[in-house]
Amino acid sequence: MIDLSINSALVRKLLVEFIRSEITRVGYTKAVVNLSGGLDSAVSCLLAVEALGPENVLALRLPYKTSAADSLEHAQLIIEQTGCQALTIPITEMVDPLIHRDAEMSAVRKGNIMARMRMIIAYDQSEAFRGLVVGTSNKTEILLGYTTLYGDSACALNPLGDLYKTQVRQLGRALGVPEVILAKPPSADLWAGQTDEGELGFTYEEVDKLLFLLVDQRYRPEECVEAGFAEDFVRKVIERVRRNHFKRIPPPVAKLSSRTVGYDFLYLRDWGT
Amino acid sequence: MKVTLALAQINTRLGEMQANLEKHLALAKEAWSSGADILLFPELSLTGYVLQDLVPALARRPHADDPLFKALLKASKDLDLVVGFVEEDARHRFYIASAYLAEGEIVHIHRKVHLPTYTLFDEKRYLAAGDGFRAFDTRFGRLGMLICEDFWHISSPYLLWLDGADLLLMSSASPGRGITGEQIGSAETVETVTKTYAQLLTVFIAHTNRVGFEDGLKFWGGATAYDPDGTLLAKGPYDEEALTLAELDLDQLRRTRSRLPLLRDERPDLVRRELERILRHD
Repeated sequence: MIDLSINSALVRKLLVEFIRSEITRVGYTKAVVNLSGGLDSAVSCLLAVEALGPENVLALRLPYKTSAADSLEHAQLIIEQTGCQALTIPITEMVDPLIHRDAEMSAVRKGNIMARMRMIIAYDQSEAFRGLVVGTSNKTEILLGYTTLYGDSACALNPLGDLYKTQVRQLGRALGVPEVILAKPPSADLWAGQTDEGELGFTYEEVDKLLFLLVDQRYRPEECVEAGFAEDFVRKVIERVRRNHFKRIPPPVAKLSSRTVGYDFLYLRDWGT
Repeated sequence: MKVTLALAQINTRLGEMQANLEKHLALAKEAWSSGADILLFPELSLTGYVLQDLVPALARRPHADDPLFKALLKASKDLDLVVGFVEEDARHRFYIASAYLAEGEIVHIHRKVHLPTYTLFDEKRYLAAGDGFRAFDTRFGRLGMLICEDFWHISSPYLLWLDGADLLLMSSASPGRGITGEQIGSAETVETVTKTYAQLLTVFIAHTNRVGFEDGLKFWGGATAYDPDGTLLAKGPYDEEALTLAELDLDQLRRTRSRLPLLRDERPDLVRRELERILRHD
């Protein structure tokens, strides 16, 4: 049996402490969260507010002209629910000059530009607000590489990175995320009608179970097939995880000397704190 | 005879020994004024846990002339202390170690034997492994010390038991894993293991563990003390710094072993014989 249920109260306490510890130990008291209107960023924002207080969390709404109308509204629900600080900065006039340089630009390129523009604004506000950027990527996205490198994946700390999407949903429910956000189909909202599951070609429900067996339970591929997953699906997911590993690690440094960052110069980020 | 144990579950600053020392000394004062006889700190309590390349910079030769040990030895005139640190030997090998300090002297040092080097653990990359388990005498009887992975190997507490230890002092820096149960999964497992040892060996067991984070690793605290029946004597909170007192009535050893003579009936000669046979067949 594949059981992805979590003790939400335990996870909530742990993640709130994680955010508080990892922000305050480096001398900060504040956080910045890009609030898309979706579930993951709602959960990160709620956790950050619980950890640091509403006055210490800045939620950013960064719409593009094609963003779904309800994204802004759903983000607003979280801002009102938490009472956190908020800023709305439309990105259209910043990204369009770049997009318009190439009439043939693909939707993926446009989406990447938007995601990276949102990263630039988050890091600019990080300096202006003196807060660290709290990430919103979940374990499913990280494993599948369903993310824009140096875009939505960029952050100072990531509370959700060890929770599968279906587990984030459980946590969101326990945190009081409004039903309208919990129920809508997950979307990067980079172009009209985009949904994660449409783009990936499978549902989070299915892939989370498979990833749980492959990654957490260390099943071999053939054991996943025996457990009832289609062979094609198993192969496709394994290949996706492998191909996207570059998004999960820092770029390799060419080793030249006797001591090299990343290979034999090893310290935790929390060194000295 | 009654002994009061104080179990310190502390957060540490990674690589900042002076700050960690000050916390040790403050807690020693607090434990002493609460009437404690022995104060137990977690694994690597003076340094932090995920040390990686910090190991050589933090390693110490435990000696009265070392400023860090000088201060701790002075505090040990009030009550006995068990502290965790990185020990450097004369030939510059580095060990995870626990020192038992009493009445201004270093009574015993245990070097961690079993160094986990799998999944999130990477101890053997940086550290040398200890090479023995020895019980030692104190004014509170014969004790033994184990560090974290040591007590995941059933032979470690077994050897200390046969070497005469009636109280096992266990210290950990245990990162939390498992989010489906009432408590973090590793807490539930450690509690099961330590309680089981108390019952199977009819000894007192005290365990303490770090709190706080190092990067994404979360240490869960939850210090415990069990008597030789496996009865929980005291329990610290999860996740928070705390000093938990446990009163040990050493006469319970006699009462439990009168009822349940597992020590009397143990067959170390048989164990040796069978081990020799098994090891010959490698």
